[in-house]
Amino acid sequence: MIKWSRIVTLLLITAVIFGTVAMTGKKVAMNTTLGLDLRGGFEILYEVAPLDPKQKATKQTLQDAVHALESRVNVLGVSEPEIQAEGENRIRVRLAGVTDQQKARDLIGKPAKLTFRDAQGNILMDGGDLAENGAQGAFDQYQRPIVSLKFKDPKKFADVTQKYIGKPMAIYLDQELITAPTIQSVIPNGMAQIDGQKSIEEAKNLAAILNAGALPVQMKEIFSTSVGAKLGQEALQSGVEAGLIGTAIVLVFMMVYYRMPGVIACITLVAYIYLLMLMQNLMHATLTLPGIAAFILGIGMAVDANIIMYERIKEELRSGKSYLSAMRAGSKRSLSTILDANVTSIIGALVLFWFGSSSIRGFAITLILSILVSLVTAVAGSRLLLNLAVRSNLFNKPGYYGVKERDIREL
Amino acid sequence: MNYNQKFDEYKLDFVKHRKKYFIVSLVLIVAGIISLLTMGLNLGVDFKSGTRVQVQIGKTFQENEVQQIVEKTGLKPGSVTTAGDKKDMAVIQFAEPIHKDEVAKLTKAMQDKYGKNISLQESTVNPIISRELARSAVYSILIASVFIVLYITIRFEFRFAFSSILALLHNVFLVLTVFSLFRIEVDLPFIAAILTIVGYSIHDNIIIFDRIRDNLKHAKLKSIQDIEDLVNYSIGQTLARSINTVLTVVICALALYIFGGESIRNFMLALIIGLIFGAYSSIFIASQIWVSWRERDFKKQKKAA
Repeated sequence: MIKWSRIVTLLLITAVIFGTVAMTGKKVAMNTTLGLDLRGGFEILYEVAPLDPKQKATKQTLQDAVHALESRVNVLGVSEPEIQAEGENRIRVRLAGVTDQQKARDLIGKPAKLTFRDAQGNILMDGGDLAENGAQGAFDQYQRPIVSLKFKDPKKFADVTQKYIGKPMAIYLDQELITAPTIQSVIPNGMAQIDGQKSIEEAKNLAAILNAGALPVQMKEIFSTSVGAKLGQEALQSGVEAGLIGTAIVLVFMMVYYRMPGVIACITLVAYIYLLMLMQNLMHATLTLPGIAAFILGIGMAVDANIIMYERIKEELRSGKSYLSAMRAGSKRSLSTILDANVTSIIGALVLFWFGSSSIRGFAITLILSILVSLVTAVAGSRLLLNLAVRSNLFNKPGYYGVKERDIREL
Repeated sequence: MNYNQKFDEYKLDFVKHRKKYFIVSLVLIVAGIISLLTMGLNLGVDFKSGTRVQVQIGKTFQENEVQQIVEKTGLKPGSVTTAGDKKDMAVIQFAEPIHKDEVAKLTKAMQDKYGKNISLQESTVNPIISRELARSAVYSILIASVFIVLYITIRFEFRFAFSSILALLHNVFLVLTVFSLFRIEVDLPFIAAILTIVGYSIHDNIIIFDRIRDNLKHAKLKSIQDIEDLVNYSIGQTLARSINTVLTVVICALALYIFGGESIRNFMLALIIGLIFGAYSSIFIASQIWVSWRERDFKKQKKAA
């Protein structure tokens, strides 16, 4: 007897999946953060060394240099710049969607120059006068956030404060005005403080900028890659098109070879692709060109999970089991196989993530995500839908499973 | 019913010719060693010092014309080649890393000649970085292998783990061999491809080993023939899956290779070759190593008993 309630449930779930994908799919796809190989931009790896070869670069110097670069990139108005310290003496800068790459590269690459100026713009002192890590975010005795400054030469600072007492002293990083505190008294000991900070974070931020500007570092480009915007767009377009063509062929193959279960595999595959994009967005993972490849490979892995399960079900059917018990035994027995195979793949991807550099990391994340999502859709989702289909009794013919009648043995 | 009777039913005898497969792989590996020692790999700038500039010109062009433009800006191009589906892309390689000001000069010269609409892609690598990259790739594979061996030994047994890793290294090496023999350029994404192959080879091996393990539970191995029957039966059972899986993944990879654009072509090629070797080795190498090993241990046990 055919159980229509199961068919209705099956159709309803399918309708919900396709409905969600149709309604929000485009939005999800548009929200994906694209790597610079897909939308143009550049990536530069700098080696940071102190100007004075006698000095040693420390973790703090590196952090301060990162802060300085951040404040410079902000001047450019680039969205989502990525500036990271790497290892002992390296900084990686990744800017996507920059229109004038040359200008950006020039601006980032030159050493930052911190200057103290009077109202007319005359330079009174520069970053070299500030003691190393001489700026600190702190609280004064009233618990108000301030930036404390320490100068190398107390006498020089005393002279300046004496000459400009009651006047503002502007602090510039390159050509950008950072702050202009007023000199309130003559300071003899080389220790000054800037007050008027709204929060301790703000004070710390300012201190970092000052330290970085005072930093006599040299930045050498040791790796760079840049992609023109047009090239990036073309790469994205052809990558997506190729993916769609490949997926379409695989879907047809699955339906022809595995019949009814193949159709279910197609439904779960659509859900897989949608969920993977969604996860990718939620994790703010960046999609790169190798990432698209990992995406497509993930489709392969998801299909593989289905193939393993359906082959097993076919075997059970051939051995003479009923449709329901063949499905149960098949999906149960295939589970450990699928798990073992995927765990080893995840181990590979994790090592990749650990040791890989930027673009490889994106690839590894996509691969790991795709395996996890495929376990949900291609294993759990596929099982659920298949269960409904089998229990509906609508597909009680071996032909629906791609099994020949004469291959079925007596139990 | 005697379980072993069940395992007698198989259509294809994979075990019988295993020496031939070993010889085929051995010949390929020797070819690879010779090729790698004499010619090495055709390393892209990602792995050696230098700059690679790729210019999308948007129309066909003469290579020597580009060469002249480059030379006029005072740079020495190592090579200028044409790329892209429409033959509208120039790839200029410099053996020495070029400075960003020189890139700017070159961009301007190209724009003057071919219009503002050209799109440029540049990558410069310092030898220190490239050495680090290559080293980290080798380490990644070795470390991944150790973890995978551990996992399989815990879940299966050491014989399975070892055979899998041998097959895996075999696959990776053969991909390197093909790239060396045909002088295909090796770039940074190539590492990602190799590591994907590592993951996939294991994936493929596990499926068959899992079935062998499953069948072992019901089998009484009384003779060498029993071991061989069991393996043949297990491979036969998983054969449709092995072929279909590699087929679907290769379809996707091929689609990307053909339609996915210039920048991932080498990457996809490495993957396709690796996937095919992966499927081949899990049936014809990994399983066969396991059989040989199992039989040797079996003989030893017999003697001891």
